[in-house]
Amino acid sequence: MRIGFFLREAIRATRRSAAPSFAALATVLVTLLVLGVFIPIVQATNGAANSVRGRVMVDAYLKTDATGADVARVRGEILALPHVSRVVYVSKQQALAQQRKLDPAAYALLGSNPLPDTFQVIPDNPGNVLLVRNELMIPTGGGATRMLDPAIQSVSNRRTDTKKILEVTNLVTITAAALSVLLVIASVLLIANTIRLSLYARRREVEVMKLVGATDWFIRWPFVIEGVVVGAAGALLALAVLGVAKVALLDPLAHNWTLIAAPHTIAFPALVIVLLATGVLVSAVGSGLSLRRFLRV
Amino acid sequence: MPSRIDIASRARKRSRDLAAQHSQPSPQPSSGRKVIEFRGVSKLYAGDVGLDHATFSIERGEFVFLVGSTGSGKSTVMRLLIKELEPTSGVIRVAGHDLADIGRRRVPYFRRNIGVVFQDFKLLPNRTVYDNVAYALQVTGGTRKEIRAKVPDILRLTGLSTKLHNFPHQLSGGEQQRVSVARAFVNHPPLLLADEPTGNLDPETSIDIMRLLYRINRTGTTVLVATHDQAMVDKMRRRVLELAEGRIVRDEAAGLYTRDETTRDLARRLRAPSGRPPGLE
Ligand SMILES: Nc1ncnc2c1ncn2[C@@H]1O[C@H](COP(=O)(O)OP(=O)(O)OP(=O)(O)O)[C@@H](O)[C@H]1O
Ligand SMILES: [Mg+2]
Repeated sequence: MRIGFFLREAIRATRRSAAPSFAALATVLVTLLVLGVFIPIVQATNGAANSVRGRVMVDAYLKTDATGADVARVRGEILALPHVSRVVYVSKQQALAQQRKLDPAAYALLGSNPLPDTFQVIPDNPGNVLLVRNELMIPTGGGATRMLDPAIQSVSNRRTDTKKILEVTNLVTITAAALSVLLVIASVLLIANTIRLSLYARRREVEVMKLVGATDWFIRWPFVIEGVVVGAAGALLALAVLGVAKVALLDPLAHNWTLIAAPHTIAFPALVIVLLATGVLVSAVGSGLSLRRFLRV
Repeated sequence: MPSRIDIASRARKRSRDLAAQHSQPSPQPSSGRKVIEFRGVSKLYAGDVGLDHATFSIERGEFVFLVGSTGSGKSTVMRLLIKELEPTSGVIRVAGHDLADIGRRRVPYFRRNIGVVFQDFKLLPNRTVYDNVAYALQVTGGTRKEIRAKVPDILRLTGLSTKLHNFPHQLSGGEQQRVSVARAFVNHPPLLLADEPTGNLDPETSIDIMRLLYRINRTGTTVLVATHDQAMVDKMRRRVLELAEGRIVRDEAAGLYTRDETTRDLARRLRAPSGRPPGLE
């Protein structure tokens, strides 16, 4: 009986004050559209940044006369170092084959193989790449260095490149995170404000209800239910638009634009749940909370 | 939020209380039992004095007029009584309870025991006459059956039977006032406050409303009426409290009226030509 009463009250309110309800619905719709486009973009950007960072590594070149025993020993030593996650061994023959593919003409002129055996050392975390380098090529003070193992000829010294990659990708990730936080805050404020405006138009009504003995929750439930309905309707509309856009615009493009196909992008069903939950929660909680001011009679 | 059982038991308790009241055969003010008590109550608005050390009390079953020129503090008394406002100082008791002790969460339950006819009606704009009156029952958890039984009755009593489905903006001022009266009384509250209940009515309709209030009073309900209508007050011959600039300047426990006058006699007397009947004062 009470649930029925609250439902009927909510429907009455939506019908009799259609304009504010519609404004709230439109706000939810627009905000969720922006959010629905932005979430995958942020994720794709992060995914791209992470894959760039994943390619950060240190190369250790062995001396040309290194024996099989040397190779095995060095591999063990490198793996024992802290912050090393993986080691990839590229023999001089493999290196030559790779280079030949890239530049057949240049390598055709070479009689012998000038390339050394190489260990590609991948740190557990891209941020630790310089630590790992310093363990392979230990600074002994005064700018001099000592190799981890006598069989190592040299260690790639792309300090500036590495630093730049790390800085840029960090910046991209932080910017994307900050933007998403701002966007979520803006959405919540926008929706809450629209709801508050529509409640403001009805504050006299709320006041009268209190004066004739209605409890706070008796007044609040219809508003919360109305919020749920408006939020759900807005979210469903937004999802419909997003769904159409995905099928019509994104999917055909996905083949030649890797960003869209990035593996880190949120799955569409998950996006549906996130947006629906955001719409309903923000709108329902927003209605309930905004009402507080007007209930103090 | 109170549970349904909570509400139901409260409703049962309330109807027991009411039954106890209605079973009192005589509407005579029972000695001792004060329904309203103001002790040294002041209310200061920003800059204005609403009420200035007002002290008075009203006993159960009384019918009391509150008079005074505009701005003298009549509405302030009413609003203090339903805890819409807090007094700046002093003690207000209703049915023995100090209002200062009623917590925010208890206020709605307290208000359900008081019917109020507001000076500005305070009807719900989005509801029909019927729904406005029904709302007072719905807030107390009244069932649909109860609403169907009580609302048409009170609307007939207030002469609104033909306007059930009108919205407030489709009613005249006097009709809105009647809806306000109907809503205030549909719960049969033990205390009825009416702020200018005849302010917008022609003399004949005013008499109807006064008659209605008197009839309500005769069922045991204590009635406090704020009004400017000096002629009406004189004719009614009930107790009169007069306010001037927030102070009680007159408390005339007019002992001259016949307490068990029938509503018909009252109406006849009210319709009599103006001027005080001989023997008064
Ligand atoms: N909310 C308020 N803020 C400031 N002053 C107020 C407020 N309400 C009332 N007052 C002042 O308090 C005084 C008493 O007001 P009140 O409404 O009680 O008068 P009243 O006797 O009901 O008048 P009327 O017969 O015109 O209805 C007036 O001087 C008024 O200006
Ligand atoms: Mg007034």
